[in-house]
Amino acid sequence: MDRADRPISPHVFVYRWQITNTLSILHRMTGIVLSLGVLVAVCWLVALAGGEAGYERVRSAYSAVWFQPLYLGWIFSIFFHLANGIRHLCWDAGYGFEHHQIRIGGWLVVAFAAVTTVVFSAFVLF
Amino acid sequence: MSLVSPLNKVLGLGSAKGGSEHWWVQRLSAVALVPLGLWLLIAIARLPDFGYATVVAWIANPLNSILLILLTLTMVYHSHLGIQVVVEDYVHGKATKTATLIVLTLAHLFLGCAGVYSVLRIGFGS
Repeated sequence: MDRADRPISPHVFVYRWQITNTLSILHRMTGIVLSLGVLVAVCWLVALAGGEAGYERVRSAYSAVWFQPLYLGWIFSIFFHLANGIRHLCWDAGYGFEHHQIRIGGWLVVAFAAVTTVVFSAFVLF
Repeated sequence: MSLVSPLNKVLGLGSAKGGSEHWWVQRLSAVALVPLGLWLLIAIARLPDFGYATVVAWIANPLNSILLILLTLTMVYHSHLGIQVVVEDYVHGKATKTATLIVLTLAHLFLGCAGVYSVLRIGFGS
């Protein structure tokens, strides 16, 4: 194999999908999604600072039908990243490294993110 | 015999040319984002509508302005730190990696500036 074509770590897709590596990768993916959310939110804030006419234009653009699934994605991302981030902080503090704790903690994060996404979306979007 | 110079031994820096600052500020910003993020989520859920007058009046409240500026700065910084690690892991080649990091760092600086300026302008009632 040519030197340049060798696989370079980290190898994301060679592992069997388990709760541990799935949530780890999901943490990064939701982080990237949220970074894009910051971009969209700052555009909204700048429009708001620019006055009513510009704000209404941005608001109607952000109200488009194809934009609605994105809100759902951001809402899920923020709750997942929040809960899983706290899980990471617990590990950083030295807690929760037992095998069963890692699995239970992971599923708790998934359950929390699912429930809060549904509740918050029902409250704000509809 | 150790090949590490006395100075490097004292500084505790290896070939990474850095210590634990990046890790530490990422956690620090994460901890700050827990209350700030929850505050924003609750505030958004409590807004009666997203009309211009409603949102401007909410941001113009001094406490909301201050918290929103803190949130903007912390969020942009945390996003910058996270995205930086993702780029370091997955963008290969020294030139591509460096160029990507420069562009994304400047983009985050711009977002932070734009967000803070907008909140201040709304707060001071342009």
